Amino acid sequence: MFELDRITKRYGSSLALDGIRLSIARGSTTALIGPSGCGKSTLLRILIGLIEPDVGHVRFDGQMLERTRIRAQRQRMGYVIQQGGLFPHLTARENVVLMARLLKWSSDRIKTRLSELMELTHFPRAGLERYPTELSGGQNQRVGLMRALMLDPEVLLLDEPLGALDPMIRYELQEELKQIFATLDKTVVLVTHDLAEAAFLGETIVLMRAGRIVQSGSLDEMIRAPAEPFVERFVRAQRSHRVALGEGA
Amino acid sequence: MRRVSSVLPWLLLAPLVLGLLTGCGRSDGEIRIGSKKFTEGIILGEVLRGLVAETGLPVHHRRALGGTRIVFNALESGEIDAYVDYTGTLLHEVLAEDKAAQGRTLSERLAERGIRLAGSIGFQNNYALGMPEARAEALGIERISDLRDHPELRFRFGNEFMDRADGWAGLRSFYGLPQRDVRGLEHELAYRALASGEADLTDLYTTDAEIAYYHLRPLRDDRDWFARYDAVLLYRADLAQRVPEAVTALERALGLIDARRMIAMNAAVQIEGRTESQVAGELLRERLGILDATETRGLLARLAQCTLEHLTLVGVSLLAAVLAAVPLGLLAAHRPRLGQLVLAFVGIAQTIPALALLVLMIPFFGIGAGPALVALFLYSLLPIVRNTHAGIRGIPAATIESAEALGLPAGARLRLIELPLALPTILAGIKTAAVINVGAATLGALIGAGGYGQPILAGIRLDDMGLIMEGAIPAAVLAVTVQWLFERAERTALPRGIRGLGRTGGD
Ligand SMILES: Nc1ncnc2c1ncn2[C@@H]1O[C@H](COP(=O)(O)OP(=O)(O)O)[C@@H](O)[C@H]1O
Ligand SMILES: [Mg+2]
Repeated sequence: MFELDRITKRYGSSLALDGIRLSIARGSTTALIGPSGCGKSTLLRILIGLIEPDVGHVRFDGQMLERTRIRAQRQRMGYVIQQGGLFPHLTARENVVLMARLLKWSSDRIKTRLSELMELTHFPRAGLERYPTELSGGQNQRVGLMRALMLDPEVLLLDEPLGALDPMIRYELQEELKQIFATLDKTVVLVTHDLAEAAFLGETIVLMRAGRIVQSGSLDEMIRAPAEPFVERFVRAQRSHRVALGEGA
Repeated sequence: MRRVSSVLPWLLLAPLVLGLLTGCGRSDGEIRIGSKKFTEGIILGEVLRGLVAETGLPVHHRRALGGTRIVFNALESGEIDAYVDYTGTLLHEVLAEDKAAQGRTLSERLAERGIRLAGSIGFQNNYALGMPEARAEALGIERISDLRDHPELRFRFGNEFMDRADGWAGLRSFYGLPQRDVRGLEHELAYRALASGEADLTDLYTTDAEIAYYHLRPLRDDRDWFARYDAVLLYRADLAQRVPEAVTALERALGLIDARRMIAMNAAVQIEGRTESQVAGELLRERLGILDATETRGLLARLAQCTLEHLTLVGVSLLAAVLAAVPLGLLAAHRPRLGQLVLAFVGIAQTIPALALLVLMIPFFGIGAGPALVALFLYSLLPIVRNTHAGIRGIPAATIESAEALGLPAGARLRLIELPLALPTILAGIKTAAVINVGAATLGALIGAGGYGQPILAGIRLDDMGLIMEGAIPAAVLAVTVQWLFERAERTALPRGIRGLGRTGGD
């Protein structure tokens, strides 16, 4: 679905991305992980064309991402960020259907799609007429997810979608997300900083450090055959942290 | 207290008075006065009306009918009975094609048309040359001939006077004037140049309000170069048979007003913002002891007019400011480099004191509502531009990014996301501008724009506290009302999700 070739992005003197090569298969679920500031969000923004790389290029479904067709290409992708990024002056319903309305979908079609999405995300009907400030964090994320899925895109990009939630809700939503991914059969790219979450949700884990990809594969491979000492340290740090909290390994 | 007790009956009578003012039908035997469509004409019409009214005869003033042709035709056809015109105008505009008239006087020629030229009102409205009083005094210049001894003087004429054969070119050779530094420009700029000392002399009409405003001395045309434009009373010859008392009353206007008084009256209307009726009423009271009671308007009528004028000043300037400032603010928010320039410019406009800004407008737009509107417009820009800018820049990056990621086109993003989110802040800016504007508009009366400032100014001049309150109280009430309306709008018109987000811009 995505082919990235030698993507480099510089902010001032610092390199946010440094020669990224990555191929993301159609229908796969990929988790991007790495220490904060390593370039995960930047990479996700490159995928949806919010920023353009200084060097290299991105192919989406065989086509280059280009300014002239970027809007049409974005409508084939859904994008969810931490805190949802919802429009505060619109109700949950208005947030979700905004783009469909603009594309002149019939109200029947909108209604049907909305019902499907509410069922999928377990969003209560009573919440539809509420504004984001009147909803809980978890519900906001469900609205964000519904908005991203409204046009039934082929790709779903999520940037730490559960990052701002408290642990109980987070755990619940991880389960739900996994189910949703299984139901939908879409190409999913997910950013997280939690290795367990990455392993739970992603078939492929891409571990990044300072703008480069260090290793990609399954968690098992990383434990068995770390590509460099950093992988070992990263895995150990995350696991011991969990052991200390008594969550087991 | 005297004023309060005199207000009550008026309040009760107001509907009646308003009815009389607006709906007065034409009764038979009514004397009809006409006037040409400029300040001086209307004042003179009011003087004539007051004179007839004093006799108790029914009289009506049809104000500002139009230009010379229209008013003269109205007199000839009997739609009006009397008005004031100028000899030069009658000769050159009305009777110009009347070639057979050689050798006969103007009076004779008008008499053929059933019109009587009763005589001069007492002043002329000619072309003249004017110098700042102080400069003329210092150089000892009183007559145009005196200019011959001062070749260094700088002359700035209105373009029309420069171009006319009987303007500068004719005048120069007739008087043998030696000046070299002579230029034509917009007339308002010429006055401005005189005021700032960058020029010494300009052309003017002998009764222009600007003579008083800029303290100018009109020089005597000692060799009679300029055509004479005597203001003369014209009435229908048949009026003398129909209503002889009316003619007697009208003829009291002959010799009643000299040029100085006419200048002062024009200035009172054009610069101090008083009405033609008030100015004419004062003249009649002072000169002839006539108390004109018929058209002293009631408090409500005055209040209604001031309110209308004030709301127009505020409404029009504010609307224009919103239409200009919101796009400017958007531009500033989306183009940071240009934004600095825009913000700096509107910032400067705001730092000029309102009064100074008003006066600065005079050379460009003259006096009246026009320059006041421009000044108020400029004055309202800053709060709206700044708040629009702040409102857009204050939208979280994540929100903008979400809109972009959805694939919203730029126009839809602006309309559906950015503007609504910035709306509380923009509204707060408009509210600030509106409240400032209501206050600043009272200063408009200083340059003849009307509004609540008019009774305030008149009250200060006449030392009449009641009159001052007549402007000050409604102005305060209006400011509070405007504030309240905007706050209501903020509470009800904004979606629940973003209420109470209004910020005042600034750094
Ligand atoms: N808009 C930007 N301007 C300047 N630097 C940026 C910007 N966005 C990201 N960066 C920098 O690029 C690097 C990668 O950022 P990011 O992709 O957000 O990291 P992550 O999501 O992995 O925490 C960081 O050093 C960050 O400071
Ligand atoms: Mg990030």
